Amino acid sequence: MEWIQQLVNGISLGSIYALIALGYTMVYGIIKLINFAHGDVFMLGAFIGFFAIARWDMHFIPALLMAMILCAVIGVIIERVAYKRLRNATRIAALITAIGVSLLIEYTVIFFRGAAPEAYPTIFENPSFNVFGVQIDTRSIFILTVSIVLMMLLQFIVHRTKIGKAMRAVSHDADAARLMGINVDNTISATFAIGSALAGAAGVIFGIYYTRIDPLMGVLPGLKAFVAAVLGGIGIIPGAMAGGLVLGVVETVVSALGFSLWRDAAAFVILILILILRPAGIFGKNAREKV
Amino acid sequence: MLKVNDIDVYYGNIQALKGLSLEVNEGEIVTLIGANGAGKSTLLKTLSGLLKPKRGSIEYLGSAIDGKAAQSIVKAGISHVPEGRRVFANMTVEENLELGAYLRKDREGIKKDMEHVYELFPRLFERHKQLSGTLSGGEQQMLAMGRALMAKPKLILMDEPSMGLAPLMVKNIFNIIEMVNKEGVTVLLVEQNANMALSVAHRAYVLETGKIVLSGSAKELQESDEVKAAYLGGL
Repeated sequence: MEWIQQLVNGISLGSIYALIALGYTMVYGIIKLINFAHGDVFMLGAFIGFFAIARWDMHFIPALLMAMILCAVIGVIIERVAYKRLRNATRIAALITAIGVSLLIEYTVIFFRGAAPEAYPTIFENPSFNVFGVQIDTRSIFILTVSIVLMMLLQFIVHRTKIGKAMRAVSHDADAARLMGINVDNTISATFAIGSALAGAAGVIFGIYYTRIDPLMGVLPGLKAFVAAVLGGIGIIPGAMAGGLVLGVVETVVSALGFSLWRDAAAFVILILILILRPAGIFGKNAREKV
Repeated sequence: MLKVNDIDVYYGNIQALKGLSLEVNEGEIVTLIGANGAGKSTLLKTLSGLLKPKRGSIEYLGSAIDGKAAQSIVKAGISHVPEGRRVFANMTVEENLELGAYLRKDREGIKKDMEHVYELFPRLFERHKQLSGTLSGGEQQMLAMGRALMAKPKLILMDEPSMGLAPLMVKNIFNIIEMVNKEGVTVLLVEQNANMALSVAHRAYVLETGKIVLSGSAKELQESDEVKAAYLGGL
């Protein structure tokens, strides 16, 4: 029975990774940039949610929406200010810039409020409930629900709406998309907006689940979400979802087996294995890089 | 309708077009023939806004379009069928056609034009739910043309529609080019297959290393010795 609990925990942790990984994978899909500042947008989302709930007494859903909207705006600003002018630069220049943006965000937050952690307010009265003798954490179910709703919404946007189709077209062939009359710059900004909104949502639910947030909290989940994106096949949306879930479950299983000190290492062992055994990821086709 | 006036276009430091001028009148099929690397695709990319001329002007329906963004050129009624088809392989045939109508808002009109494209290319209708990456080369060419038509263009730019296709398919594609033209769409056709291109075109230009070296009615060029020698495979 304990295994079921662990599995539920793993899946909910995994769905947080998945939400962050989606932003990585979407941005990579469209401009081939690993946006290392993405984990910090996740951190900003957590703080926005914290202030909204703890200081301004907002309910959970409005706080979540606020974090998502502000993170979307922040994501677009990052793209327009830092990445847009590097569109034709070498990939390594863009990558280093992304690392720079990441450090800038982290230490700007520390500069203004210090590095001390913050305790997230609890929003559930009953921490857990009982299903056929299995203790299920309420927050796990809740995280899972929010993630599933957001992922369904994303699938809808990407496959059914005009902007989603434009995103897929640009990621496949930007010049051909231009010939359709698609505004490539706006489409790239929209991708950053959506990816960052998902990271913001992940930040809020992370805060609710782990209750402790701090300005450097984005580093490790950011890296792990990157592993999840690579695991699923970077650039592939369902891959990021699957990769996140697998990673979450593996980490929880490693902890449950008594190796909790090895939990973080598990993600990176997975990264090394996937890069050796199947570099294109679970869902990736072994396509040669276009020249 | 379209007036290209003395344009210079560069790829980095390499000059691809040197003082090129040409004209396309409403209702015509004009073809531009020339060897690999003569600058044919460069010209089309410049017309559709993917490249910007360093010098000279491009006038379309009385207003300057050189240096304008690709989307405003599409909006003005110029569609470009790019070399190598460039269909969105990760999307279905129908989604590709929808993207062709990206800037249009008239749902009824879009629906009607999609039906019309399916009439022109029944093969596309048979495969409308299929991923376009799984189509044959000829079918992809049809899709690229259909997608361009979905923008409801007044002028359509076609870059080597015959490339890599079986002779029968080439014939089919050229028939459709003539059909589209009869429906009132002006065509600027870039081809290496000079024989085929001259047989459907009204007028033609010959491009060599970025310059127009010869122009005239398609018939004149078909009979010109220079063209015969260089492009139509001898006498």
